[in-house]
Amino acid sequence: MQVRVQEERFDLGAESDGFAAGVDGAGAIVTFTGVVRDADAGGLVAMEIEHYPAMTQKALEAIAAEAMTRWSLADVLVIHRYGRLAPGARIMMVATASRHRKHAFEAAEYLMDYLKSRAPFWKKEILSDGSADWVAAKDEDEDALTRW
Amino acid sequence: MDVVYFAWVRERIGVPRERVETRASTVADLVRELAAREARYAAAFADLSALRVALDQELADFDASLAGVREVAFFPPMTGG
Repeated sequence: MQVRVQEERFDLGAESDGFAAGVDGAGAIVTFTGVVRDADAGGLVAMEIEHYPAMTQKALEAIAAEAMTRWSLADVLVIHRYGRLAPGARIMMVATASRHRKHAFEAAEYLMDYLKSRAPFWKKEILSDGSADWVAAKDEDEDALTRW
Repeated sequence: MDVVYFAWVRERIGVPRERVETRASTVADLVRELAAREARYAAAFADLSALRVALDQELADFDASLAGVREVAFFPPMTGG
């Protein structure tokens, strides 16, 4: 299990390859990558991601550890960035490996649902007119947790 | 204890962290004390349904005890992922 919170960008290909190399024989690997949406609607210039440094790492580790206990997983990787990100930049990724794809898919969805609502990150959208808005949490994101 | 704020709660109150001397026994008591200080605090704590709290970096409820707690964090619902 590996959890990283970082400001710098990550190499999706290298991370995926490295993860796959460590889980030989797993049979199924699922990766999900979150990306800053493009500037098409609303003139988004940047996304600023704030976090709670003293809490973030252990909150993510607790979520990843829970996934490891609920599904039969060979390994889990979570990378989440903070700081100022441009449209198109990769915000975060999760990878799960299992002998069976159902476990890998479900665990990846679980990780995403919990990262959205239980990991201490806050996103602020910086718009081209100079204004800035905190992204509000959605009721459906909270509701999504009830299915687990 | 140390009280830390994030996102719009930090912006509204105007500081990211402060030392608070309090005898509040629960989070709700602490909120009442802080909200009574100044308008900027009252504004930040006006709607508790819009806030979350963590005690020593663990999510908690507003009726949780502050006994032994060293750091209280107030912030809006999280938007990770």
